Amino acid sequence: MRFDVLVEVSLRPGIADPQGSTIERALPSLGFDRIEAVHVGKAIRFIMEAPDEHSARGTVEELCKRFLTNPVIEDASITITAS
Amino acid sequence: MSTRVGVVVFPGSNCEHDVVQAVGSLGGEADLVWHGATTVAGFDAIVLPGGFAHGDYLRPGAIARFSPVMSAVRDFADAGGPVLGICNGFQVLTEAGFLPGALQKNRGLKFICATVDLVVCSTRSALTAAAEPGAVLRIPINHFEGNYTCDEVTLAGLEAEDRIVLRYVDNPNGSVGDIAGIRNAAGNVVGLMPHPERAYDVLLGSADGAVLLRSFLAATDRSSSGRLAATATPTG
Repeated sequence: MRFDVLVEVSLRPGIADPQGSTIERALPSLGFDRIEAVHVGKAIRFIMEAPDEHSARGTVEELCKRFLTNPVIEDASITITAS
Repeated sequence: MSTRVGVVVFPGSNCEHDVVQAVGSLGGEADLVWHGATTVAGFDAIVLPGGFAHGDYLRPGAIARFSPVMSAVRDFADAGGPVLGICNGFQVLTEAGFLPGALQKNRGLKFICATVDLVVCSTRSALTAAAEPGAVLRIPINHFEGNYTCDEVTLAGLEAEDRIVLRYVDNPNGSVGDIAGIRNAAGNVVGLMPHPERAYDVLLGSADGAVLLRSFLAATDRSSSGRLAATATPTG
């Protein structure tokens, strides 16, 4: 089966997020003054072949742990849908 | 015979020639090693220089660790060979698992280019064996992601095992424990954010990096005879 995979990489709580803070600080000057907790991460999309969704998820989790994230400072959220 | 240093060049490295110049000026010999090389045979010591290996894509050091040369550097380090990661090279060493922890973006959100004071905390490393414990060295930093972080257990381990080799006197980037550089358990692998190769001569504004690089050049003799850890003195 083919699956569309979305990996969202975010900084772990307590890790500095200068892009998020800078964007948040710029918002009031544009009139957006009710927005808080801005965080910037990465979205990585790809297509993969796997026997089933469970197997696909296992592979992607391993990929995240070994390459796509640095577990010391980042978390990953994985979304898998059959194409 | 002078120490032969291999300076690894990744696509995007930019401090390799500074290292070659510094090593040559201090009596060693240095040659560049392309990241696609599959061996580091013939070298007595290896430096991973500063820059932006593989464009820092994904994360600094994340892709460099898969460069072919890194397997050879791993074997070299496992055999006790001296390996030094400077700035981006330090980031590569943490991503590749040679050293624990990670380098996150600086506290204060700024790229910092400044000369800072560092205190020598441990002399049980290839980089600091010849330095005076407690000595304060003035050496430049030049980074955006130099804020060292690790979990509490790792930090306690680094402290207990005397593996923090250099700390900032006035923490510029938010690093946990004011850490500027650490070593592996054996002491032959060292990573630091400051650039000793930019401070090896008074003409550069400071010669305080020379004692570090001289230690590193001399580390080969110590490591090959297995005396690195045994001859060093623990310091607080």
